[in-house]
Amino acid sequence: MDKDLKMFSIGDLAEFLNVSQKTIRRHINSGKIESKKVGGVHRIPIHSVRKFLNPNESILENDFDRDINMDNKTSQSFPFQNKVPDGPMEQKWSNHKRNINLVSPANKRLIDVIVVGTGLAGASASATLAELGYNVKSFCFQDSSRRAHSIAAQGGINAAKNYQGDGDSVYRLFYDTVKGGDYRSREANVHRLAEVSTNIIDQCVAQGVPFARDYGGLLDNRSFGGVLVSRTFYAKGQTGQQLLLGAYSAMNRQVNRGKIKMYTRHEMLELVIVDGKARGIIARNLVSGKLERHAAHAVVIASGGYGNVFFLSTNAMGSNVTAAWKIHKKGAYFANPCFTQIHPTCIPVSGENQSKLTLMSESLRNDGRIWVPKNKTDVKKIIEKKLKPTDIKEEDRDYYLERRYPAFGNLVPRDVASRAAKERCDAGYGVNKTGEAVYLDFYSAIIRYGKEQAHTKGLDENNKELIEKLGKEIIKQKYGNLFEMYEKITDENPYETPMMIYPAVHYTMGGVWVDYNLMTTIPGCYAIGEANFSDHGANRLGASALMQGLADGYFVLPYTIGDYLSSDIRTGKISTDLPEFEVAEKEAFDKLNYFIQNKGSKPVDYFHKKLGRIMWNKCGMSRNKDELLEAISEIKKLKEDFYKNVFVPGELFDFNEELAKAGRVADFLELGELFAKDALEREESCGGHFREEHQTKEGEALRDDENYNFVSAWQFKENSEPMLHKEILKFESVKLKSRSYK
Amino acid sequence: MLNSSIGRKLIMALSGAFLIIFLTQHLLINLTSLIPDNGKLFNIISHFMGNNPVVQFVLQPILIAGVIIHFTMGMYLEVLNQRTRQVSYIVYSGKSGASWASRNMIISGLVILAFLIMHFYDFWVPEMVYKYVEFNPLDENRYFHELQEKFYKGGVVKVIMYCVSFILLGLHLSHGFSSSLQSMGINKGPIKLITVLFSVLVPLGFIIIAIFHYTTTNIH
Amino acid sequence: MKLNLKIWRQKNNKSKGMIHDYVLDGVEEDMSFLEMLDYLNNKLLNEGKEPVAFDHDCREGICGSCSLFINGVAHGPEKGTTTCQLHMRKFKDGETVYVEPFRAKAFPVIKDLIVDRSSFDRIQQAGAYISVNTSGNTQDANSIPIPKQNADEAFNAATCIGCGACVASCKNSSAMLFTSAKVSQFSLLPQGQVERESRVLNMVNQMDLEGFGACTNTGACEAQCPKGISVKNIARMNREYIMANVKK
Repeated sequence: MDKDLKMFSIGDLAEFLNVSQKTIRRHINSGKIESKKVGGVHRIPIHSVRKFLNPNESILENDFDRDINMDNKTSQSFPFQNKVPDGPMEQKWSNHKRNINLVSPANKRLIDVIVVGTGLAGASASATLAELGYNVKSFCFQDSSRRAHSIAAQGGINAAKNYQGDGDSVYRLFYDTVKGGDYRSREANVHRLAEVSTNIIDQCVAQGVPFARDYGGLLDNRSFGGVLVSRTFYAKGQTGQQLLLGAYSAMNRQVNRGKIKMYTRHEMLELVIVDGKARGIIARNLVSGKLERHAAHAVVIASGGYGNVFFLSTNAMGSNVTAAWKIHKKGAYFANPCFTQIHPTCIPVSGENQSKLTLMSESLRNDGRIWVPKNKTDVKKIIEKKLKPTDIKEEDRDYYLERRYPAFGNLVPRDVASRAAKERCDAGYGVNKTGEAVYLDFYSAIIRYGKEQAHTKGLDENNKELIEKLGKEIIKQKYGNLFEMYEKITDENPYETPMMIYPAVHYTMGGVWVDYNLMTTIPGCYAIGEANFSDHGANRLGASALMQGLADGYFVLPYTIGDYLSSDIRTGKISTDLPEFEVAEKEAFDKLNYFIQNKGSKPVDYFHKKLGRIMWNKCGMSRNKDELLEAISEIKKLKEDFYKNVFVPGELFDFNEELAKAGRVADFLELGELFAKDALEREESCGGHFREEHQTKEGEALRDDENYNFVSAWQFKENSEPMLHKEILKFESVKLKSRSYK
Repeated sequence: MLNSSIGRKLIMALSGAFLIIFLTQHLLINLTSLIPDNGKLFNIISHFMGNNPVVQFVLQPILIAGVIIHFTMGMYLEVLNQRTRQVSYIVYSGKSGASWASRNMIISGLVILAFLIMHFYDFWVPEMVYKYVEFNPLDENRYFHELQEKFYKGGVVKVIMYCVSFILLGLHLSHGFSSSLQSMGINKGPIKLITVLFSVLVPLGFIIIAIFHYTTTNIH
Repeated sequence: MKLNLKIWRQKNNKSKGMIHDYVLDGVEEDMSFLEMLDYLNNKLLNEGKEPVAFDHDCREGICGSCSLFINGVAHGPEKGTTTCQLHMRKFKDGETVYVEPFRAKAFPVIKDLIVDRSSFDRIQQAGAYISVNTSGNTQDANSIPIPKQNADEAFNAATCIGCGACVASCKNSSAMLFTSAKVSQFSLLPQGQVERESRVLNMVNQMDLEGFGACTNTGACEAQCPKGISVKNIARMNREYIMANVKK
């Protein structure tokens, strides 16, 4: 081992000589540089390097072949190619598939791939990679891969099938997604997403996913916010569950074949980079607490979003940014961290001890009308419980979405609806004791459906009680399980009194920067699903998250990864004895050991809650310069306090949930700071990012396409401020327009 | 297949269903003893059952095998099932969901077994001795009197034991009837209702017969 | 409100566990049962003690992580509800609450209230899938119409969250409800027909190997299942299993 340590890796040597790794490799292949292979990796002995120290003997000086080069598609300052293929938009993906390198079936057997996360993206990618023949190691922190948080998605999945014949098409889905994302997504990626959307439905049905069907036995569709067609496929309010279980079953098939090795209750703590390429991870077995080394030829991060930086969100308790953040710290750029989706229809916070927020599906806005009282005196009486919401007369109610956005009404996109609710509550019209709730009222829908029913059944349309009864039955059929859930949580019957809702953090559009192949800026390290940034721009449309996760996992990554792995067919097994693994393991150990040794007194949640409060108050639905600056300094202070005063009981090499949480919160603290910085840097309002300084007179978001039509990709710098790189966005097929839902 | 959990349950179900059929015909024959013809019909059927070679040498061994299989498999499954939870719950609320009868088939089963032993001792052993040990001559009219005598002689204690056993049989059936169908893969239609009716009416029939003969014979 | 908690604590799989008593004051009605445990843990941590370990994740009643045998019932007293959706308003001030892990030989305890349910995964891996590759050109999703009734029934079976309440509540720790839910889903759909027989044979075989008990049809599983999966699925699986063996 000592001897190996005195040898250079290709990466070290390239950096040392200030040339590209490709150049070094070329010289190794031509025999000009001596190299030994250790564990499938080149090791260059010191004596072979010495001759280059004398400039006269340098053989490398005429080298212009840089891996990292400037490209006319991106800005001068953006150091990576986004690898978007040339050609017309609708042919880019098929051309690309035709031209990328493939790995032969015999060689796929020799290649290992690590997939971190088993949500829709991770599970579908694991299953498909294994089907293709790669050896897959799949990791999740939950006790089973079926528990990933994709399972909680309720509403549905979009696909441009046009089964309803309402004029839907790939182009329309593409256009809606780009527009819904407020023109901050990469066009080519979105178009590909729309193209493969139809394959997803075919694939899922073939797997036995029980989508809702009509009486003719064909697939049913519903409509979602921000679009004018019905293209959402669903399985009651449990679409995410059914899709995830479909992907889980595909994974199980491969586990049974021995092509996937499952590591449940394992958490990735470090990425291992050898010769500049991602070659493995350090994972902690959460049961035994032991650190494990896992090697592979490529690493795929599918660890989801980072909404839990807000502490209270609709994410699962365990959802975290650690995997994505660790690769960021090892060189992967992090894009648009401030683009966070605040979902308008969640159950409001009830008390100090609340641990998470629960979403009420967006589909409710199809039939629910959102309002607050017009008069503050009524608001006061409601909060004091002197008045019931049903007592307030029609003319004393302010249906503010219908008032402000007559065209889309209650079905405006999520960011718009959320901000409007906040605006009313900030103005003092919130209807619960915290002042942070608005009504979602189904009474009109009940009456409408009731009258319809009475009419078709030939009953008395003027009998109010009968109408209400019939209407409630219809509402129950459509939203029964959601109403039940609401009642369980709040102890209020939403058939009798309007629901109370308030926006909550739900999804993060930002994430690890990836190119068209979904590769991060670290060669061999990929990011898919919510963990990457690519498809939703500044705001995601409903039912598009499931679509993107499965598109990446089933239909994109398994092919694009071959392009990279085709150069790895002769590498052989990667050894976990390499010094890089040792170093990474030590890094992970030191971090954890710090917490165990720390003599603090405050539990991890204390800091997480504090961070959440800063994020929600200062980086939430609307942001301004002063508060963002405050947030940055407050998070910095909180971070210091955290490292000084956090208390983690128990042992490192044992089951220790507090320790796992401490590691995650440490990463959230760092991410939170970058988040605020990104929000500060982006001097415009777009999608989920609303800067108070940039709004129209009517309070609508004001985008700045001249100066901010780019993806902010942040590079991590040890011991200094992160560096911003801008990937300029080009719109060829869709014209940049200001988004209007009026 | 028979080595799997479902296979074993199928054996329980089939043997149980067979015993249910036996029980039904037994009851129907016994019910004839209530007909006020001084036991005429009862004697005819009993004589046929007791002397027909098919009944005696084919059906009777099958019945005994059925009882033994049902009992042995029941005990075996009980032992296996006991092993599936090594640390038991401190609080286990049986009330939520499962009936007492369904959770305690082993208890009702053992009581029924004890009854069967008594029953064998009372009826079947003397019958075998009568026919195959002492080689008594055929008597086509002895059955009804024997029946009356057994209930009379046994006294009130026997009758109560008899009744208690049949109440437990009722409980056993209240779960066993539908359960056997479920184990065979049948769960459609009014099974619940049929189960309730069967598990009430069959034991009730036997109890009425016992009490009837005890009281009427007593009066003589 | 104030509660007398009696919680099972067990260091690991090898050590013996026992009930610990905690008196917890200040519990609010709006807390979920898990938030009540968070609250207890926060108190323990502030006293420098180790918190109670329990499984949980989505807290929306869908991921199936949370378990807990509360006062003798899987997922506690409210029907059709997971522990994470159970709220403290269902308990009385001063009530004694027993909290135990889901117990079964096939669910060994990892720590405190956390059990290892990987046996469920292995049952699924034995055959709970339809062998179709991700080619991107499987036939169009609408090419095989499925009667709505079958689709709905398959969906109802498919809503199983794999929490293990059926095993925990069963006196024999039987996993029949769990296994049959998946077998039913696929046997009801045309896509599942090709592997229909091998699937049920392999899954039942694996279920037996894991050490789950036989089904005694008590119905406790259905009553305590947070998703209300019907025991009719068990009958269907029995049928499928017997037929598969006959055909074999």
